[in-house]
Amino acid sequence: MSRRLEALLWVSAIIAALIASFSYLGMDLLGLFRGDSPEQMLSYAQSFFPPETAPDWLSKIARGALETLAISAIGTLLAALAGAVLSLFAAGRLGRITKSLSRLLLNTLRSVPDLVWAALMVLAAGLGPFAGTLAIALHTAGVLGRLFAEALENAPVEPAQALRDAGAGPVAAFCYGTLPNVMPQWVAYSLYRWENNIRMAAVLGFVGAGGLGQMLYVTLSLFQQSRAMTVILAMIIMVLLVDALSAWLRARLG
Amino acid sequence: MLLTSSAQSHRDPAALPRLLITVLAIALLWPGLVITEFAPAALVDPRNLDVFSHFLAGFWPPNTSPEFLAMLGKATLETLAMATAGLALALLLAIPLSLLASRALSVSALLTGRPSRWASAARYPVRLLLILLRSIPEIVWALLFVRAVGLGPTAGVLAITITYSGMLGKVYAEIYESVDQRPARALMQAGSSRLAAFFYGVVPAAAQELMSYTIYRWECAVRASVIMGFVGAGGLGQMIDLSIRMFAGGEVVSILLTFLVLVLLADQLSTLLRRRLA
Amino acid sequence: MSIRLDGVGLTHPGGFRALEKLDLTIAAGERVAIIGPSGAGKTTLLRLLGTGLNPSAGRLSLLDNDPTQLRGRTLRTLRTRIGLIHQSPPLPPRQRVVTAVLAGRLGQWSLPRALASLCYPLDAEGARAALEPLDLADKLYARCDQLSGGQLQRVGIARVLYQGADLLLADEPVSAMDPVLADHTLALLNRIADERGITLVASLHAVDLALRHFPRVIGLRDGKILFDCAASDVTDNDLNGLYANDSLLGAASESAPTIAALQENLIRTAPRCF
Repeated sequence: MSRRLEALLWVSAIIAALIASFSYLGMDLLGLFRGDSPEQMLSYAQSFFPPETAPDWLSKIARGALETLAISAIGTLLAALAGAVLSLFAAGRLGRITKSLSRLLLNTLRSVPDLVWAALMVLAAGLGPFAGTLAIALHTAGVLGRLFAEALENAPVEPAQALRDAGAGPVAAFCYGTLPNVMPQWVAYSLYRWENNIRMAAVLGFVGAGGLGQMLYVTLSLFQQSRAMTVILAMIIMVLLVDALSAWLRARLG
Repeated sequence: MLLTSSAQSHRDPAALPRLLITVLAIALLWPGLVITEFAPAALVDPRNLDVFSHFLAGFWPPNTSPEFLAMLGKATLETLAMATAGLALALLLAIPLSLLASRALSVSALLTGRPSRWASAARYPVRLLLILLRSIPEIVWALLFVRAVGLGPTAGVLAITITYSGMLGKVYAEIYESVDQRPARALMQAGSSRLAAFFYGVVPAAAQELMSYTIYRWECAVRASVIMGFVGAGGLGQMIDLSIRMFAGGEVVSILLTFLVLVLLADQLSTLLRRRLA
Repeated sequence: MSIRLDGVGLTHPGGFRALEKLDLTIAAGERVAIIGPSGAGKTTLLRLLGTGLNPSAGRLSLLDNDPTQLRGRTLRTLRTRIGLIHQSPPLPPRQRVVTAVLAGRLGQWSLPRALASLCYPLDAEGARAALEPLDLADKLYARCDQLSGGQLQRVGIARVLYQGADLLLADEPVSAMDPVLADHTLALLNRIADERGITLVASLHAVDLALRHFPRVIGLRDGKILFDCAASDVTDNDLNGLYANDSLLGAASESAPTIAALQENLIRTAPRCF
């Protein structure tokens, strides 16, 4: 009985939160369907069609898509390298102080969203794809570093210890004893993150960090809706292709 | 005989594949670096360095003036309200769509065990619509809606509504199909309507999972609505964007810290709710 | 002299006295089996001999070095001369056999050479030569997770052979094997050690295997040496003294079939034979 009462309490709290949300926002949702706003919206939507298909625009789109792909790939690669180094510290392999320091760093990198990193990197490195690459690398380094460190902590210590007992140096023992155990996991995590980052790289351009996002932002600002529509279609196709590819890869590898 | 076998053995069978992979990786890496205009030197370019170091210097102390904190509080509430309202509207769209898309309530499947070809064909456009809704990132929708309905949280709410109805609709449909189908089928065979079969046959078994997933998505919506402000859709994101543009480092730090606390709290609340209600 | 212990004792940090005042000398090229019940200190003694642990009392000399006095480079040099064979070889499952064997010489290689060999095995022929006497040369490029348990153990042995150790320590090397394979592996290990004049010290659970394969047998119990003599001189009384334990009688009789028949005339002080 008390459980049911509690559930009732929670449900009414949720309903109260809903009412509070709508009233706080003071959204005039009905206003969207009143007067001439439906007509305006419709004509705005219609202005997106037909999508622009001029060859020179399509080739620009292709370049933008390639740029997005490159931003995500290079960003993820940099992140994997930085994450690997940081994970060594974070897994406590090089002392306790560096462990807590690197954990703090990883948490900070991870908690700041990619788009915020992008806005900051545009300041640090100027407009363009390099800022986007750095933004992806910084955020993803935090994510991967933590995952890598977990993999390191769960890896058996015996193989490397046996090599140390046979006189191997610490670096060689790590490369021959520990790395083969964690490498498959590290690669899998990186590929998974890359998939995520392609989506992210497509929108980082909104703050000026290159790729398809920047093209979309610019065309919409210039009221070139039909051109913008082509960019959106390119984004959808890219996301769907990546989804299909990764599903296929997972089915084959998993 | 011995000679040939040892001659073969001199070569590592993995050498050639490894070499090819390395060559391929370099061949891909090089244009990648060119396209991304990879130039670490840009980071230490005096002009950039000057701007950024001034900006960084402003990071401490965080801005804690009362009027700024009041604005921050308003923006935080706005972010939370955007996520909650957006998710509620998404539910209104997602539930009917998921019912249309799910195979769980197929009448034609009652006889053959599999939905008829025509029924599957009818579900196909709904599934396509769901895919389309969720494959455009929410921030793109936000950008479009800002242009259609003006700056402010309304655009953010609509963007969350659209994207999340696609995500929720797809997963709901899958959840209906994953629970025991027999109660719903028995009801339909006994002549009850599909909607009744859904409420009495599917919902009791699936409620827990549906609830849990919805709460998880609410948590995601909170994160998403923070970001949304970057294109002018209100909330914390719009504040960060403005502060960065004005090089107000202290404000950026305050907002980021608020954002971290908000995400942490949303995470805690979501865990608590899932445990209490599920 | 390969190994020399003078009054060596070892007390674990928790206060447990694993080894007490051991005096032991093993000459170069000798092959010695250490037997004893669980908890007798066999593994501790082997870790001590492998420089994995330092004695808390007494003097220890390995290959004419005192490992407690060595640091850094010199300790690593000593370690490269000592090979340890594990109960189950700690090999990463996805590593290739060739890499696993070559890893034996990491202590002697420079770091660049070690890293280069990770990309392309620099001494595949050396690895093959180490695998040859163990009938595993055809598995050179196989992955470790494609091998059976017995084959993996032989890869572990091949690594130690490739390492070129002067002192071979084996911690229950055959306890995970079926009797036939265990017999075969021990025979092989002894033959190779004999051929190359390597000192071999192995701890064993199975008394019959120790007596059959090793010229010299040491009985260890509660951290003390109970007997230390030629295998042919070990008496049933020695074994009874070694394994006598009211609560573990059943378990002991399983691992030591020779005393199963003599359970009646049990508790007697074990005479030492030197």
